[in-house]
Amino acid sequence: MADQTMLMMAVRGCNVGLMRGGAGQPLVILHGASGAGTWLPFMRSLADTYDVVVPEHPGFGASDTPDWLDNIHDLAYFYLDILDQLDLRAVHLIGVSLGGWIAAELAIRSTRRLSSLTLVDAAGIHVPGVEQIDTFLRTDEQRIRDFFHDQALADEMVARLLKPELEDVTMKNRVATARLVWQPRGYDPNLHKWLHRIDVPTLLVWGANDRLFPKDYAFAWQRLIPGSKVAIVPECGHVPHVEKPSVFVSELQSFINGMRAAA
Amino acid sequence: MKVFNFHLMPYRHADLDAIEKNGSAWVTYSNRHYDPDKGAELYHEYLDQMELADRLGFDGVCLNEHHQTAYGMMPIPGVLAGALARSVKRAKLAVLGRALPLLNNPLMVAEEYAMLDNLTRGRFIAGFVRGIGAEYHAMGINPVQSQGRFAEAHDLIVRAWTEPGPFAYTGKHYQFNYVNPWPRPCQRPHPPIWIPSQGSSSTIRWAAAMRYTYAQTLSPIAVVARFFQMYRDEAEKAGYQASPDQLAWSNTIYVAETDEKAMREARPHLEALVNRFLKMPIEMLLPPGYSNIESMKRVRAAKVTGKTSSIEDLVKTGVVIVGSPNTVREKLAEYQDLAGFNTSLTKTQFGTLPDDMARANMTAIAQEILPHFRNRAPQGKQQAAAE
Repeated sequence: MADQTMLMMAVRGCNVGLMRGGAGQPLVILHGASGAGTWLPFMRSLADTYDVVVPEHPGFGASDTPDWLDNIHDLAYFYLDILDQLDLRAVHLIGVSLGGWIAAELAIRSTRRLSSLTLVDAAGIHVPGVEQIDTFLRTDEQRIRDFFHDQALADEMVARLLKPELEDVTMKNRVATARLVWQPRGYDPNLHKWLHRIDVPTLLVWGANDRLFPKDYAFAWQRLIPGSKVAIVPECGHVPHVEKPSVFVSELQSFINGMRAAA
Repeated sequence: MKVFNFHLMPYRHADLDAIEKNGSAWVTYSNRHYDPDKGAELYHEYLDQMELADRLGFDGVCLNEHHQTAYGMMPIPGVLAGALARSVKRAKLAVLGRALPLLNNPLMVAEEYAMLDNLTRGRFIAGFVRGIGAEYHAMGINPVQSQGRFAEAHDLIVRAWTEPGPFAYTGKHYQFNYVNPWPRPCQRPHPPIWIPSQGSSSTIRWAAAMRYTYAQTLSPIAVVARFFQMYRDEAEKAGYQASPDQLAWSNTIYVAETDEKAMREARPHLEALVNRFLKMPIEMLLPPGYSNIESMKRVRAAKVTGKTSSIEDLVKTGVVIVGSPNTVREKLAEYQDLAGFNTSLTKTQFGTLPDDMARANMTAIAQEILPHFRNRAPQGKQQAAAE
């Protein structure tokens, strides 16, 4: 199980935090609204096989909040710049929730540096008539609980994450999230028109019991991205990579191995 | 001192238990609880009260803007200001204010306010606010853009009033090829601008620098005094001495024959205002980005949204003044001297207070209080500034 290094890197004058570990084909993970957090078990496990790169979005955590940051499009272009600057090639791009939205926006602009795309319980599109939680009217504790199907695990996460020393970074992440997703709430009305442009193998991993972006969303993405595959993780909420890390890693591995077999 | 009759126009027939069960009278409190027949009567009852205030000698009448709430039925205050512009004959007419960042076209406020200023032949006071956090949930405006949109909308409106049109405006949030509103305001260069706030230091600094009248919303008098001192300090830094006329305290006053009777009569209606109509969860009050992280932490730590207040608490801390004519005169004078303001924005109807009691209160204030304050300026340490 590979360890990671943490560093700050400057991209076009914006300092961003970056965790990186392992070796192999590059695998970039774009985090969700609650931030990059720590080097999680699924990252550790993927780092056995890949060069795992986890940048912290501008506006979040230790990264700067640049003046130019207004919307998801800004981050999509910024990450294209990061891929250029790090000169990463044949990247497996994983986007989780909010990060999934960024990853999809990046991929409709250019897949030049991508080998595959994986969206995990992603924001970014709107499916009419599907009930969703308004996370901005939830308390800090409710918001953590909403992520998980297993409420015993949620108890553990509440104990771990609801700490006074994390308040500043939590609030910074909330402000960054509001800036990006408040209106329209969590999607871009134009994104669905251009998802046909994604020409790399695409996997949609979804928690069967996600209450933020219920699994109808997985199938809606599947209809919009040509040839994409859906993997529903049973007994699992919004964050399968955290709630069911081994299932998540094995779904991802078999998807990537399947790509190799097909190639 | 000038005393204005400030109306929130609450839906006073609201089901208080249903509000408590919902956790708030805002955004998520279903409008199924609004009875249009009762609501229609209420608008007329409240407008009649404003007209009475004019006849009784109040110096002005004030309206404001809130959305999707039983707390106040004035999502579009200009409608009511229009209704009052001809029937309020003498008093000033103030909208305190329109929530600029909620608008996608602030030029419409330049137009609306200019119309009101013409209709009142220059008796209009133009209030600008950001709106409270709940409004950003209700209106789908990004709270992170609140301050930027406010600043831009304000600049655009003032330029629209003062620079000959047409001119082009290119901002980050608003762009117009032609800024050329007809009519222009009646008052030159423009109506007085008043800035109500909950006490944000950046707002106080800005209002002082612009020499706009600052109005402090619902707060204990010691806090009001501190914010008003901050305003005077900021004015000095900006190179002038602030006048008490630039400071307005928003309060509630209830007068009856005795202290005991006043407390007894006001209690349920005032407690309904603070413990029901005003209640909301912190997530609704302070969406991310509405304030900077330091102020958000301060408000969260104070747990303001969880507290229940009794009328005794409100009287003791000087959020409101309730009592006999003598008590009210004493308190108002004491608070005027303590905080150094020369305008009182007074709610005479509040919460569930019925019409007959509101009118009796207004009449008592007009007879027993106003004459004693007409020519009264802050005494003591604020005296020099008042002269």
